[in-house]
Amino acid sequence: MSTREMTYSEAIREAMAQAMTADERVFLMGEDVGLYGGAFGVENDLIDRFGAERVRDTTISELGIVGMGVGAAITGMRPIVEIQFSDFTAQAMDQIANQAAKLHFMVGGQATVPLVIRAPGGSGTGAAAQHSQSLEAWFTCIPGLKVVMPSNATDAAELLLAALEDPNPVIVLEHKLLYKQTFEVPETFAVGRLGVGRIEREGSDLTIVATGVEVQRALEAAEQLAADGISAEVIDPRTLKPLDLPLIVSSVVKTGRALLVQESVRFGGFMGEISASIVESEAFGHLQAPVRRLCGLDVPIPYNPDLEKAAVPQVGDIVREATALVREW
Amino acid sequence: MTTALREDAGAALEALGTMWRIRLFEEAVEDLYGRGMMHGTMHLSIGEEAIPTGTCLNLVEGDQITSTHRGHGHCIARGADLGRMMAELLAKDNGYCRGRGGSMHIADVATGNLGANGIVAGGVPIAAGAGLTNQLTGNGKVAVCFHGDGAVGEGAWHEALTLASMWDLPVVFVCENNQYGMSMSAKSAFKVDLSAKAAGYGIPGETVDGNDVVAVAEATARAIDRARAGEGPSFIEAVTYRWRGHSKSDKNRYRTKEEIAEWKGRDPIAAFAHRLLESGLVDQAQLDAAQSAARDAIRESVVFGTKGEDPDPAALLDAVYAPSRVDATDTRLQEASR
Repeated sequence: MSTREMTYSEAIREAMAQAMTADERVFLMGEDVGLYGGAFGVENDLIDRFGAERVRDTTISELGIVGMGVGAAITGMRPIVEIQFSDFTAQAMDQIANQAAKLHFMVGGQATVPLVIRAPGGSGTGAAAQHSQSLEAWFTCIPGLKVVMPSNATDAAELLLAALEDPNPVIVLEHKLLYKQTFEVPETFAVGRLGVGRIEREGSDLTIVATGVEVQRALEAAEQLAADGISAEVIDPRTLKPLDLPLIVSSVVKTGRALLVQESVRFGGFMGEISASIVESEAFGHLQAPVRRLCGLDVPIPYNPDLEKAAVPQVGDIVREATALVREW
Repeated sequence: MTTALREDAGAALEALGTMWRIRLFEEAVEDLYGRGMMHGTMHLSIGEEAIPTGTCLNLVEGDQITSTHRGHGHCIARGADLGRMMAELLAKDNGYCRGRGGSMHIADVATGNLGANGIVAGGVPIAAGAGLTNQLTGNGKVAVCFHGDGAVGEGAWHEALTLASMWDLPVVFVCENNQYGMSMSAKSAFKVDLSAKAAGYGIPGETVDGNDVVAVAEATARAIDRARAGEGPSFIEAVTYRWRGHSKSDKNRYRTKEEIAEWKGRDPIAAFAHRLLESGLVDQAQLDAAQSAARDAIRESVVFGTKGEDPDPAALLDAVYAPSRVDATDTRLQEASR
């Protein structure tokens, strides 16, 4: 299969353009997505290509625009709502948690809410505590919502296309550090599948499950671990809800060790769910070491660049934890 | 429609019948609750029947409404089936929401009723979003957003009006000012008439007597026509009063018996009936027939509802997610495709 190179932002833009071209019900609304081209440049020239009707600049009204997305979705449209920073979902939480997620159930299945919310999260940009969080655990505990966390350009595009095909509300948590990174991508983007994780690298000594930007850190760590004689398998769940648990469990059955890496805080975090699911599964009898989590510290993301790095797992932290898990057990 | 209630006996009796159905439905619900046959809680709109009735008679097929926690009236006025409503309140599987939603979540999406809402102002941006669909598709439909005076204090209300105004969306915001947001009096909360707030969004605002079904019908007709003509949203404040407490927990400590009695003297149903008689448009026998037909309909709804089956706990997870072709974990579809 021939490939090409593209940034994560360009891939998202292409997927949105592809969806808007294929389906006139698809439109985008959000703060500064039109004339400005998106706070991170994701939209760029979309407004020129699709017009201000379908690439809609909104007022700074997160609750309002998510709510309008709900209203448009239940009346037949396929809205994409961009929340400029995922931190601002706090402003929109009623419409996400109480309306979008629950509506289908509350009305006994009469209505569907095919709403896609795109929201970038993550630290590493010096944006400090209110613009850097990883909030996936807020969303994974809401029945009715699906949660996607793409770690590369192809997934960002193809899982967005899947989200747009899905009749349920889907929140896609993009990562700000990835926007400008270049990835190898296929010539054309296909519609992805939700609930399918991927083994990013095969290994035999331990399983590293990582999400978001931690996936590439885990891969880099795996490279270093290999040089030290440790064979790490790296898994990216890609969608947190629904979760491809069988993929994780079968990997842990094989390796006997699990290191779970996320940028988000440890306490109440999503990796706690994966940990519990592993020990509840048939992998329990195969464990040669306790399941270990490596997560962000329980602290707001700080401004100072060294402090910011210290707050979330870096490559060296993963190497250290993985080595300990393999060598000490 | 603006003159129909004044001149057309059939239309007038239909409106009166709608108000009676709302009143009697809620009285029946109150009775069932009192007798321990209904669980949960409920929010009754007795005394406020003229607003949904006057508004919804201006709507055509495909127009949408969003409703509130006090939403039985909106549902009935938009033409919902009383039996399926009652079944829902009785938590039955043949209710509108299969017993999953109850009083605060009744919807009838097929008829454009996008649903009641347990969150104050929750439906306001949703109505604006329906208006956006109408505008984008050019379908000629209008979304009516019912909300209470309490919703005006919510950020969602402000954001939705801001966006609806900016985009000239075909939405009509109908504020049922029943004068209390639970216990907070609207007079204490807001230093202006609520309709004055519309000017802040650059949209028409009007205060009407919410207990006068003709005044409500005429004001909302103007606003709906305007929206349908592509001239943008309007805000209507319909002043009314809730006779009952906020919900079953209400001890009415924030208002006086005299005040409640005074408003009961302004009963929207009695006032309209009186007006119809005075004008000679209809006679007493016709009024009695309208009330009695409503009573029969409510009786039938209670019979229908109580006969319904309870939902099967085994099917509880059915409608959390809609079936998806792109979700690999959707076992229902995997099974279906085998």
